[in-house]
Amino acid sequence: MGPSADLLLVLVTLTDFMILGTSRLTTCIRAIALQGLLLGALPLALTQRWSLHIAALAIGSAIVKSLVLPWFLRRAIREAAVRREVEPQIGFTMSLVLGTAAVAIAFGVAQRLPLPEGTSELLVPVALATVIMGFLALTTRAKAVTQVVGYLMLENGIYLFGLTSAERVPFLVEVGVLLDVFVAVFIMGIVVFHINREFDSISSTRLSELRD
Amino acid sequence: MTSWTAVWTLGLVLVIAPLLPGLATKTKSWLTGRRGAPVLQLYFDLGKLWRKRSTYSRTTTWVFRLAPVAVVATALGAACLVPLDGRQSLLRFTGDLVAFAYLLALGRFALVLAGLDTGSSFEGMGSSREVTFSTFAEPALFLGFATLVLLTGSLSLSGMFGEALFTAWGRSAAALALIAISLFLVLLAENARVPVDDPATHLELTMIHEVIVLDHSGPELGLILYGSALKLAVFGALLVGVLVPRAALPQPLAAGALAGGLVLVAIAVGVVEGVMARLRLIRVPQFLVAASVLAALATFLVLWR
Repeated sequence: MGPSADLLLVLVTLTDFMILGTSRLTTCIRAIALQGLLLGALPLALTQRWSLHIAALAIGSAIVKSLVLPWFLRRAIREAAVRREVEPQIGFTMSLVLGTAAVAIAFGVAQRLPLPEGTSELLVPVALATVIMGFLALTTRAKAVTQVVGYLMLENGIYLFGLTSAERVPFLVEVGVLLDVFVAVFIMGIVVFHINREFDSISSTRLSELRD
Repeated sequence: MTSWTAVWTLGLVLVIAPLLPGLATKTKSWLTGRRGAPVLQLYFDLGKLWRKRSTYSRTTTWVFRLAPVAVVATALGAACLVPLDGRQSLLRFTGDLVAFAYLLALGRFALVLAGLDTGSSFEGMGSSREVTFSTFAEPALFLGFATLVLLTGSLSLSGMFGEALFTAWGRSAAALALIAISLFLVLLAENARVPVDDPATHLELTMIHEVIVLDHSGPELGLILYGSALKLAVFGALLVGVLVPRAALPQPLAAGALAGGLVLVAIAVGVVEGVMARLRLIRVPQFLVAASVLAALATFLVLWR
């Protein structure tokens, strides 16, 4: 856990803020792809001794999170022809402020958690902050695509938390989680497409108009 | 002995300050495929303005005439507080970082009053914007300072940028890099550069800083222009101070590093102006909140270490 891991973790936090602060869906997707790439590089920076398990974990999550899922989201916004998040429930500036509060809470809470020896000091706070900010994006944004991005952030946070014990988690569990996320985003992509076709918009607020 | 080097470094900064806006403009012109004004244009402008006569609107009072002097005096005072030679500043006392921030704020206050004094609605609008945006820039600056205080354990700018900073780079490089980025964003906002304000625009509706000084003329306008250039140099010196701790360097080299750093900062400002457009006014607070967020993140990184 040298300075390179710390740097990666700080960059992960910055991508969180990027997602919260931008109104452009393409920037949002680019940020989540970047975050996926950083998460892929993290196990390599964290580990002391290299193993096939760690390398496969790194390469697998990097490919799924920074290439496949963003490609899927890009396709979804292309087909739905949306560019911007128009009216979030909480404004972008306020989201940034709340995100900062989330980081403060995460650092405060992480202090009190009993953690396995040799965990990077930054890993747990950044994981918690990413989870909270993922929730924030998931709950306050109106567009379905941004909500999917929020869901991915949430999952990335859980993945980060899992890295505290990367040496001990069986490879199959990781692959299972990765597959789950992939399927979830796949289904959400299709849902986004269908919502758009039915309502000419992917704003989830209009879903309250559903009736038979 | 030390104070003499502080004096001549201050002199160096006072002389090269008007070079910086020229460099930024030249870089921008070069990036956008134009030839641009000479790098020394501001020196020529200052010379020209000095030979002219000031005209005053009948609605203005002494407040209007006070502003140019106040702008230069406060910028000069702030420059005295920054350890320009990398060791010690001319004036130093515990808590001088607060004096630094509010000396510059005092200069802005005088300028805003002068803008309001003219009674022009455009200048009033510019004043309102200037004050609004500085409100958002202040937390970013202070959070950055607070982090430096935490890292170095000194409440004086001279201590913050001294030997302690050099060792701090070894311990928490990420936090210092975040502070540097945040300081650069504050620099852009405080000195009315793109993406907060466009120094090249002359449409009253979009201007912020430029519109306030519309009524100033002659040597007084020259003073304001020089004061702004000096403010840019002072902020640039802060940024260079964070990025390159010069306390261990021998004296001529430290001054050279400062001059070279200032030139690079000016070029960076020009690059930003070349590659992006001014933000919509409604987006500017978000830009500055982002700067505060970066500084806050740095504070957390240091605080919970």
